[in-house]
Amino acid sequence: MVDSIISSRDVNIFYADKQAIFGVDMDILPNKVTAFIGPSGCGKSTFLRAINRMNDLIPICYMEGCMTIGGQDIYAPEVDVVALRAQVGMVFQKPNPFPKSIFENVAYGLRIHKMAAAKSEMDDRVEWSLKSAGLWDEVHDRLDQPGNSLSGGQQQRLCIARAIAIEPKVILMDEPCSALDPIATAVVEDLIDQLRREFTIIIVTHSMQQAARISQRTAFFHLGNLVEFNDTKTIFTNPVDERTQNYITGRIG
Amino acid sequence: MIDLSNKAGFDLAARNRAEWRFRLYGILAIAVSLLFLLTMVGNITSTASGALKRTEIAIEVDLGADNLDPDDLRAAPWGGIVKQGLRDMFPGITKRKDKKLLYKLASPEASFELEKIVTENPGLVGGVHKIWVSASDDLDLFIRGKVDPDLPEQKRRVTDDEITWIKSLENSGNIRRVINWQFLTNGDSREPEVAGILGALVGSAWSLGVCFILSFPIGIGAALYLEEFAPKNRLSDLIEVNINNLAAVPSIVFGLLGLAMFLGVMGLPRSSPLVGGMVLALMTLPTMIIAARAALKAVPPSFKEGALALGATPVQAVFHHVFPVAMPGMLTGAIIGMAQALGETAPLLMIGMVAFIVDIPTSIVQPATALPVQIFLWADAPERAFSEKTAAAIIVLLFFLIAMNLIAILLRRKLETRF
Ligand SMILES: Nc1ncnc2c1ncn2[C@@H]1O[C@H](COP(=O)(O)OP(=O)(O)O)[C@@H](O)[C@H]1O
Ligand SMILES: [Mg+2]
Repeated sequence: MVDSIISSRDVNIFYADKQAIFGVDMDILPNKVTAFIGPSGCGKSTFLRAINRMNDLIPICYMEGCMTIGGQDIYAPEVDVVALRAQVGMVFQKPNPFPKSIFENVAYGLRIHKMAAAKSEMDDRVEWSLKSAGLWDEVHDRLDQPGNSLSGGQQQRLCIARAIAIEPKVILMDEPCSALDPIATAVVEDLIDQLRREFTIIIVTHSMQQAARISQRTAFFHLGNLVEFNDTKTIFTNPVDERTQNYITGRIG
Repeated sequence: MIDLSNKAGFDLAARNRAEWRFRLYGILAIAVSLLFLLTMVGNITSTASGALKRTEIAIEVDLGADNLDPDDLRAAPWGGIVKQGLRDMFPGITKRKDKKLLYKLASPEASFELEKIVTENPGLVGGVHKIWVSASDDLDLFIRGKVDPDLPEQKRRVTDDEITWIKSLENSGNIRRVINWQFLTNGDSREPEVAGILGALVGSAWSLGVCFILSFPIGIGAALYLEEFAPKNRLSDLIEVNINNLAAVPSIVFGLLGLAMFLGVMGLPRSSPLVGGMVLALMTLPTMIIAARAALKAVPPSFKEGALALGATPVQAVFHHVFPVAMPGMLTGAIIGMAQALGETAPLLMIGMVAFIVDIPTSIVQPATALPVQIFLWADAPERAFSEKTAAAIIVLLFFLIAMNLIAILLRRKLETRF
């Protein structure tokens, strides 16, 4: 069996005195798409944001337990959160390109991490990222236009390009298609499948069909508990837990 | 059939009436405010129109060698030369009392004007020349018909004799009216006919400069820290409440603080734009911080989140993505704060910027006054001609206020559409 890239052991997450995640143990495999599904408010986003420590931004939020990436405890005192986030990128629910040009959006991560010294290297990396995000053909002749002049789906792919430009190991996606129309959604889904070869992808989705289409592994959360975590096929065809069964058949939503 | 008219029930008649009533109130409210505004602007402009032109009087002056030494023009008896010129134009006047009245046709500043003209044109020395100098304010008022000649002589400022002289000067073409550019290029004076606002304008500019240099960086720094970095706890709540309170503190209190701190403790020069600017900065800071925080709050948090998720440090995320987007709003707030400071009088009175100052200040440590204080001083002056100057100065002040607000609006429009 392949070694997991991310593991959590007995992770509890609290917002002030309200607990949002209860004792989650999870092992996420590299170069696979892992989908988090479950009813709204069950803690999918909370758990996802714990993986690149975006929860640190919420003062009342704190975590117990152990979360490791490549065997390293990401909450250890010697960990620099900047280094962690350079390895674990994130794509948000609502496309949030920076109010700068398309080129600058992709170049930004490279600039702050000083990953491209020469201009030609920068150009190459931006091109590679946009190509990997399947956006190059649509924008190569207008890289100097503002990022938010693109359509919603293009903006979301721009955000993906921005995230992969610095070549993280893992990309977290929190409902990346929920603000997109079905056609743009299909494009992004194809893209996610492509990206799996180079990155480990964890995607939160409220659409079970989407999870079934694009993921290899699916985790079902309910009321802050990880109810069931297995191969996507098994989850959708042969779930073990009654709650999972109820959810995928539409009895809890 | 389905009734879709306004008689269909649903209490429609009353609801529509309420709708119209509310619109009527709104229009009435706007009409009343417009009326007030128009009255004010109309009143000020009509008063100020008197200051648009000034009256000059031509005097035949003898610049011959028996009157002045070409190598030492400063020592020449300019006042005497002007008086002699006036006497020569009216040889019939011999009585001492009448002569004194005659001299009053020209402004007391006429001798200085003559000196300036001759110094700049040394070729005039040696001959007899007709020179235009400022007329007195009384002559000016009379020429403009502001003195009723039908009043009994004791009740008006121009005597019957003076009226005869003015008429004769007018008939001989020795009185003219010119555009009063001097109002914009002269400093203050005791004589309304030559008083100008350049001194006050420069004083205001220096003070605002100091105020901006102090309050903009401090205000923005404080706002950035409070909004983006400070932990949200009781202390930061307390600071927030106090900043809001400070913004509501009457400006004269800041003046008192400046008097005690900057003049009393630090011993900075009294009446100087430096201290004026510092006091105005104290007053503007809370406004500036509040405006800057509002501008920062208006930036979507998703920009910062996106940058942090890419591994930007918090300072990078803020300075690369929040600050530039908030900048137009912060600048607008700053300019509006500056406009407020420009109109502020009370704190400047406390720190002595209310003195009578003739010279145009050339640095921030020289005594100076400011536009609103100049207006205050002139409004207080007994001479009737000063009321016109007051109105004219108000127009200049309003002009700068409107210009600043306009710049704020344009700046916001221009920078905001950048993307
Ligand atoms: N910033 C927050 N402050 C307080 N409670 C929060 C915050 N974010 C989420 N929660 C709570 O945590 C629980 C899980 O939320 P979330 O992870 O957003 O659920 P999901 O993404 O599955 O819909 C919810 O009960 C929600 O109310
Ligand atoms: Mg969520």
